[in-house]
Amino acid sequence: MAAAAAPPPGSSPGDAPEGPDAEAPERRRKAHGMLKLYYGLSEGEAAGRPAGDPPDPTDLNGAHFDPEVYLDKLRRECPLAQLMDSETDMVRQIRALDSDMQTLVYENYNKFISATDTIRKMKNDFRKMEDEMDRLATNMAVITDFSARISATLQDRHERITKLAGVHALLRKLQFLFELPSRLTKCVELGAFGQAVRYQGRARAVLQQYQHLPSFRAIQDDCQLISARLAQQLRQRFREGGSGAPEQAECVELLLALGEPADELCEEFLAHARGRLEEELRGLEAELGPSPPAPDVLEFTDRGGSGFVGGLCQVAAAYRELFAAQGAAGAEKLAAFARELGGRYFALVERRLAQEQGGGDNSLLVRALDRFHRRLRAPGALLAAAGLAEAATEIVERVARERLDHHLQGLHAAFLGCLTDVRQALAAPRLAGKEGPGLAELLAAVASSILSHIKASLASAHLFTAKEVSFSNKPYFRGEFCSQGVREGLIVGFIRSMCQTAQSFCDSPGEKGAATPPALLLLLSRLCLDYETATISYVLTLTDEQFLVQDQSPVTPVSTLCAEARETARRLLTHYVKVQGLVISQMLRKSVETRDWLSTLEPRNVRAVMKRVVEDTTAIDVQVGLLYEEGVRKAQSSDSSKRTFSVYSSSRQQGRYAPSYTPSAPMDTNLLSNIQKLFSERIDVFSPVEFNKVSVLTGIIKISLKTLLECVRLRTFGRFGLQQVQVDCHFLQLYLWRFVADEELVHLLLDEVVASAALRCPDPVPMEPSVVEVICERG
Amino acid sequence: MEDDAPVIYGLEFQARALSPQTAETDAIRFLVGTQSLKYDNQIHIIDFDDENNIINKNVLLHQVGEIWHISTSPADKGVLATCYNKTSDSKILTCAAVWRMPKELEPGSHDSPDDSSSTAHTLELLCHLDNTAHGNTACVLWEPTGDGKKVISLADNHILLWDLQESSTQAVLASSASLEGKGQLKFTSGRWSPHHNCTQVATANDTTVRGWDTRSMSQIYCIENAHGQLVRDLDFNPNKQYYLASCGDDCKVKFWDTRNVTEPVKTLEEHSHWVWNVRYNHSHDQLVLTGSSDSRVILSNMVSISSEPFGHLVDDDDLSDQEEHRSEKSQEPPQDSVIATYEEHEDSVYAVDWSSADPWLFASLSYDGRLVINRVPRALKYHILL
Repeated sequence: MAAAAAPPPGSSPGDAPEGPDAEAPERRRKAHGMLKLYYGLSEGEAAGRPAGDPPDPTDLNGAHFDPEVYLDKLRRECPLAQLMDSETDMVRQIRALDSDMQTLVYENYNKFISATDTIRKMKNDFRKMEDEMDRLATNMAVITDFSARISATLQDRHERITKLAGVHALLRKLQFLFELPSRLTKCVELGAFGQAVRYQGRARAVLQQYQHLPSFRAIQDDCQLISARLAQQLRQRFREGGSGAPEQAECVELLLALGEPADELCEEFLAHARGRLEEELRGLEAELGPSPPAPDVLEFTDRGGSGFVGGLCQVAAAYRELFAAQGAAGAEKLAAFARELGGRYFALVERRLAQEQGGGDNSLLVRALDRFHRRLRAPGALLAAAGLAEAATEIVERVARERLDHHLQGLHAAFLGCLTDVRQALAAPRLAGKEGPGLAELLAAVASSILSHIKASLASAHLFTAKEVSFSNKPYFRGEFCSQGVREGLIVGFIRSMCQTAQSFCDSPGEKGAATPPALLLLLSRLCLDYETATISYVLTLTDEQFLVQDQSPVTPVSTLCAEARETARRLLTHYVKVQGLVISQMLRKSVETRDWLSTLEPRNVRAVMKRVVEDTTAIDVQVGLLYEEGVRKAQSSDSSKRTFSVYSSSRQQGRYAPSYTPSAPMDTNLLSNIQKLFSERIDVFSPVEFNKVSVLTGIIKISLKTLLECVRLRTFGRFGLQQVQVDCHFLQLYLWRFVADEELVHLLLDEVVASAALRCPDPVPMEPSVVEVICERG
Repeated sequence: MEDDAPVIYGLEFQARALSPQTAETDAIRFLVGTQSLKYDNQIHIIDFDDENNIINKNVLLHQVGEIWHISTSPADKGVLATCYNKTSDSKILTCAAVWRMPKELEPGSHDSPDDSSSTAHTLELLCHLDNTAHGNTACVLWEPTGDGKKVISLADNHILLWDLQESSTQAVLASSASLEGKGQLKFTSGRWSPHHNCTQVATANDTTVRGWDTRSMSQIYCIENAHGQLVRDLDFNPNKQYYLASCGDDCKVKFWDTRNVTEPVKTLEEHSHWVWNVRYNHSHDQLVLTGSSDSRVILSNMVSISSEPFGHLVDDDDLSDQEEHRSEKSQEPPQDSVIATYEEHEDSVYAVDWSSADPWLFASLSYDGRLVINRVPRALKYHILL
């Protein structure tokens, strides 16, 4: 298409090979520029482009096309055939361009024709319209003229009518005034106090203004009289009361409108309200009663809430509406009123809640408290000054504290109950069966029972902090209640009291009467130890999780509590050792003290009491084994025992006593035993024990053997007496080593017993070790 | 300040009986009685030279039997009483007798102690406290402040008051009382109170402590279950007339107010085995000494229940600033505490006692015959004195 548009028809090379005239290129150039303009190509641009590369005059479509150059070029460069071809080609293009141009011209011509037609038609129409507009203008002028004339005519009348209307209104007002007394009377008679007060209100100002006119004055007097009566009646009605707060409020409103003194009215209003609220309170009090028919606490708080608190709300709302003008003094009055009555209400609620303290169920109480608290938030908002909401919160807090105390007591009671159960369980099968009942099972039962009680208490304390409870977001319940109340007071307190109770078994003067069964001591000790290792941290973690403690106040760390529990466990176990040791000691002591050692016969067997000691020790071993781990023995133990024993019974024993038989050397005994002692460690008899079976048994055996030693030293032995001691000790040695951590200990003590017996014997002839062994094996 | 090391003296025999020479107030002297079934028993008179830290001993033979208890007359330095075992065939009887030391051993006359130690002297028998009708004598108590004429002996369940006449050569049973009850009741020990004109005696039997009036020989008070187990010894506070200390097999030392015997005033539980002896210091009753079969001797400071609960009261006129400062310090509530635990013994300690001459010195005796003489730590001594 560029080729078609670019060369103007007259300048086609084929058409005019030789340029026709001088002006032709100039015109062509102009038309060319116009077209270019039409197609958005600026002359400058067209001219500027070739500036880069030299303009090619031979480009048919280029701006600098020079037909001469082009033709020259064609003629010079192309062979004939090609020239012919290009000629035909050019001719064809020119034809096509011509036809295109014709079409364009034709189309434009048509359009122009139709546009001309349209313009002609428009011209006609406008002419017609102009006429009509002229006519309209004249008409309007006529109308204006008429209207002016009418207005002028009516002006006069209008003024008269306005005046007349004014007079009419004035007359109506006057009539109203004149009729006022009778109307008021009628209203009063009919009881339409509101209407009467409205009338009175409307008339008052006018009467006030015109009271210097005698006629008005009379009316005013009448009105005042009537309104005084009205006020009186209203007061009457107000005093009679009974008809409920809204009507009262209405009365007061009317009275205020009548201009009665507000001070007095608000006093009276409050006195009235007081009457009604006191009625409610009496009702509540009656429910409390001396012999409580006890509707449940929820019902009670509900009634209190809807009756008293609702009433108080109404009163407060009405008061504020009516006596808003009273300002601070009025608000103060109301606050004092609410404070006083609120105080009495709280006293009642507290009495009722106090009755609830014994109960076990928290959910009802919490719901009741929730309602109570929620109810009081409304008047609280109304009467911030009265501090009702704070007082209510305080009550709730107090109740919560008391509940915690109650739970603590409950837990403690449960613990004591468990102990009683254990005592019974321990006592009962003791009589029937030989062995104690499964201590482990008892322990598990106690532990789980206590834990479940703790959990139940936590759960029920948790009700206080539930999201939906209205007071749970109070700072007390978010902070102190969780940390000081539940964690410290309840859980830590309980664990402490548990430890204390357990410890009290150690301190009790039951050493002689053995009031506490030893098995119980053992069980408690294990329980405390379990608490130390696991339960305390578990329970405290549970608590901390349930009651996200945000309070920063210091709390007892787990480690302190664990240390306490451990200490308790240790004391209990030590006490257990003491008690059991005492039992065996007593047996041994009796057996030594009551026997006549000087005149005994030659020993033939082990004394029964020794067998009993071994039996008891075995029983204790079993008992302790049920709850405590084995513990560690000294390495030498196990299979070396037999060997050391034989050393003990033969050579060592011989070695020890040999010098004392020779009368010439009285000092050697001491020397020898002293030297021996130099190498043995001091034995702490009542030393604290560790938490394992071996340590416990070691403790018991130490105590027993030391007693034996001390008792032996207080007696004097005949020859056979000494031999009997020898046999007994050998027997003990045979059976006791297996229980202790360090069998050397048993050796030492038994050695010392025999040595002491030998010293206490004027005629010490020991028995042949082989015979001793035979007797012991037989027995 | 450095404390002096303890002085140790060894006897050849087992020994349980120890007593200071009560009438002696100048020299530090203890008597120790031995227990031997096979050899002649002895009474060692131990003189301690405080300045040179030297022990001098004299040995007296006590041939009648092994000595279980020894006590000295408060009036006559040369007179003492022993309880001893008399073995005859297959019978043992514990008897009591009053003895006089040989003249040359009395204070002031031991010219050549080294010689005399080699040659054993014999005691001169003054009289027997005849107990054949009453059973074994557990101990003999001298009237604490009298003229040494009155003696009480405890024999099984009898309490016997003797009058020593004709310079103690004759003992006349003045009055007696006996303990009745089920089972075999036996006195284990007793103590004559220095208060109330010496009219009160306290005795221990099993777990019970009883007080007696020596004039009527009737019981004044009774502390049932004073200890969980056997009561081993008693002592009266020398300065507070109603205060009594007891110790026993429950490893405890208890302090009692005899006017209210339901609860002990204080309980100590420091020993790890039976406590055999408890002794108040004669001058400073906050110092309490205990000996136990755990081989330890413990010196305790019981300030809170002593007669000087707030320390020494300074009432001199010329109080220097320093003293004022100190007296302020002593306003702090006193703390009961263990002052020291002495571990020189290797066997059970059956007897401890204070010296009658030096209130800062005491002796303890263990079964293996080791006598240890110790002093109250100097720091404490000065604290109490100043």
